[in-house]
Amino acid sequence: MSATTQHADQTPLTMSGAEVVLRALKDQGVEVIFGYPGGAVLPIYDAIFQQNAIRHILVRHEQAAVHAAEGYARSTGKVGCVLVTSGPGATNAVTGLLDALMDSVPLVCLTGQVPTHLIGNDAFQEADTTGITRPATKHNYLVKRSDDLARVVHEAFHVARSGRPGPVVIDLPKDILINKAPYAEAPPATQPHRSYRPQAEPDMGQIRKAVALLKASKKPVVYAGGGVINAGPEASRLLTEFVHLTGFPCTNTLMGLGAFPSQDKQFIGMLGMHGTYEANLVMHGCDVMLNMGARFDDRVTGKLSHFSPGSKKIHADIDPSSINKNVKVDVPIVGDAGRILAAMIQAWKEDTTTQDREALAAWWKQIDAWRAKDCLRYVQQGKIIKPQHAVKRLYEITRESGRDTYITTEVGQHQMWAAQYFGFEKPNRWMTSGGLGTMGYGLPAAMGVQIAHPDALVIDIAGEASILMNIQEMATLAQYRLPVKVFILNNEYMGMVRQWQELLHGGRYSESYSAALPDFVKLAESFHGVGLRATSADQLDDVIREMLATDRPVIADIAVAKDENCFPMIPSGAAHNEMILGPGQEGGVAGVTDEGKVLV
Amino acid sequence: MRAATIAVLVENEAGVLARVIGLFSGRGYNIDSLTVAPVDAEGRLSRITVVTSGTEMVIEQIKAQLDRLVPVHKVSDLTLEGPHLVRELALIKVVGTGDHRVEALRLADAFRARVVDATTESFVFEMTGNAEKIDAFCALMRPIGLKEISRTGAVAIARGTHALMG
Repeated sequence: MSATTQHADQTPLTMSGAEVVLRALKDQGVEVIFGYPGGAVLPIYDAIFQQNAIRHILVRHEQAAVHAAEGYARSTGKVGCVLVTSGPGATNAVTGLLDALMDSVPLVCLTGQVPTHLIGNDAFQEADTTGITRPATKHNYLVKRSDDLARVVHEAFHVARSGRPGPVVIDLPKDILINKAPYAEAPPATQPHRSYRPQAEPDMGQIRKAVALLKASKKPVVYAGGGVINAGPEASRLLTEFVHLTGFPCTNTLMGLGAFPSQDKQFIGMLGMHGTYEANLVMHGCDVMLNMGARFDDRVTGKLSHFSPGSKKIHADIDPSSINKNVKVDVPIVGDAGRILAAMIQAWKEDTTTQDREALAAWWKQIDAWRAKDCLRYVQQGKIIKPQHAVKRLYEITRESGRDTYITTEVGQHQMWAAQYFGFEKPNRWMTSGGLGTMGYGLPAAMGVQIAHPDALVIDIAGEASILMNIQEMATLAQYRLPVKVFILNNEYMGMVRQWQELLHGGRYSESYSAALPDFVKLAESFHGVGLRATSADQLDDVIREMLATDRPVIADIAVAKDENCFPMIPSGAAHNEMILGPGQEGGVAGVTDEGKVLV
Repeated sequence: MRAATIAVLVENEAGVLARVIGLFSGRGYNIDSLTVAPVDAEGRLSRITVVTSGTEMVIEQIKAQLDRLVPVHKVSDLTLEGPHLVRELALIKVVGTGDHRVEALRLADAFRARVVDATTESFVFEMTGNAEKIDAFCALMRPIGLKEISRTGAVAIARGTHALMG
């Protein structure tokens, strides 16, 4: 095609496909793209070069582009945007896409593709990107006609952000990017999609049923997850209002941390495999459970057949396929967590039956007795730094600093300690790979957060093994002067692997030792950052303070106790009331059955 | 465990069948049969009929998972929703001579199978019916020269005025 190509309505087309893509991104509110160039996407890079509305952040590996977009999306509530080339560019992005799918993060990822006439020919850097990413995305598109281009981009954003958010891939053959294409505005919000119509508004009958159950409860619990955070900050405010209105205890999932303030006296901590003693026993012993935007994940339920055996369960979720997937529930509510919470507050106030406040007081007495176990207690003595202590001091010192703080993590023990010992009072401040458990998530995610919040304090709490999985992004931090802090709990082990080998595999530490580690201080310096190190407890606070005072990328290498385990722990295949507590604390110590051993 | 005949109305676009099949294989659901073809005048809509089996909870999951695919318009569990018709088309090749040939024709007549191709040594029978009827016919043909079977898998529709869309 040439510049003289005319569209159906006879108006000459003036924009190339690449320009149409950029215009559509701009109209969708995109300000930043994380990407990496290559042959198939050169037309888009050429168009990026000739405009100023959209900023491009050059990462050092496509996986990092996707995690950065996730960090950006989760800390802002906006759709994250990624641009990668065909073939290896697209396949490198797959881990990030699946991570975003599992954790319901809205992304649009543009992938280059060989020109349409070469598709299927095993052309250079060709991959069946829509085939490969189909189970790793909420939806994907291969644009084969220029006429579809603008519509597809707009639709991709709608699909990514609405309903249960998720990643969407648009595969763009190079000829489609070069040829002229018509531009079309996004369809008005009032015009529904032909087939995709997620339900956001809850059914009031179900809301009233739920409220009636909760009013009559004697031992209730609110179990809130990432759905509340995805519903926007107002949903978190409504959750807090509802929990205060009812007087119920509230626990959060790993993904839900920050949806309810950690300092609130009705907060009983995170639940699940490494959740608090009180949260898990409340879940086990409750008579009515309100699941608000969580999905009864296996890390949360433990042994399904023994999960909260005596409770009536209410499950509010935007995704109907999450309901009755793992756990049979009594009152399902499909809808947006914010709208459900607003409706429940109203219904609670309108419901004339009185709450059994006496039973609730007795329930709180029981909860306080469980709390008194102080399950997260640890003893810091001597020079060796306990990892828990390192996170706790990091939390306390950042709190004292009063700065708006965003935490990302890698995956493993340090992640669980961060979840246990770092408190969050607001949503969107905590970014971690929950569903997929992707080592290497934290540094690029922190990068994305820092781009979105240039003045905020952004810390990646990391392990020495995970951090090496995307360490190349230190160069990106340097290029864009992003003062991200990497706080490594260095125990010279893949700690969680080592912990499972100790508890489940007879202490045979097969391949879990971090040998030949780099000197992280020198590594930071060689990437134009600042390296700090603490090897004994008396140095810890100074290192943290210096890290916070440094307005550049920092790696703080914290040498921590090598054999520390993460407790409490519900071993695989065990129930909530069979938690293992830390040394010196009694608890129902469960043996791990063969049945449990096969679980991950 | 129960069987379910599920009708799915989808956008007739590239990759939609792969999405449906990928969902079944990725999540470990059974497919006993699956058919697909465009069903509207413009060729924009296709109807997929899947016969599957599982526990009630799994079948609910299958329907919910299908329903959340972007190009899916409507999912209907015909087994659950009431009286419905299920039909399958089969082409069955039987090779033989002499008594076997005569017997094959006699049985075909009893099953209302039509001869759609014949040579001096073979017949191709066409028959429609539910899966059990076709199974029974094939079982009878096996000892008398059954050579090849091609089956469409089930298509299904609700009885009465009720329709999948509107």
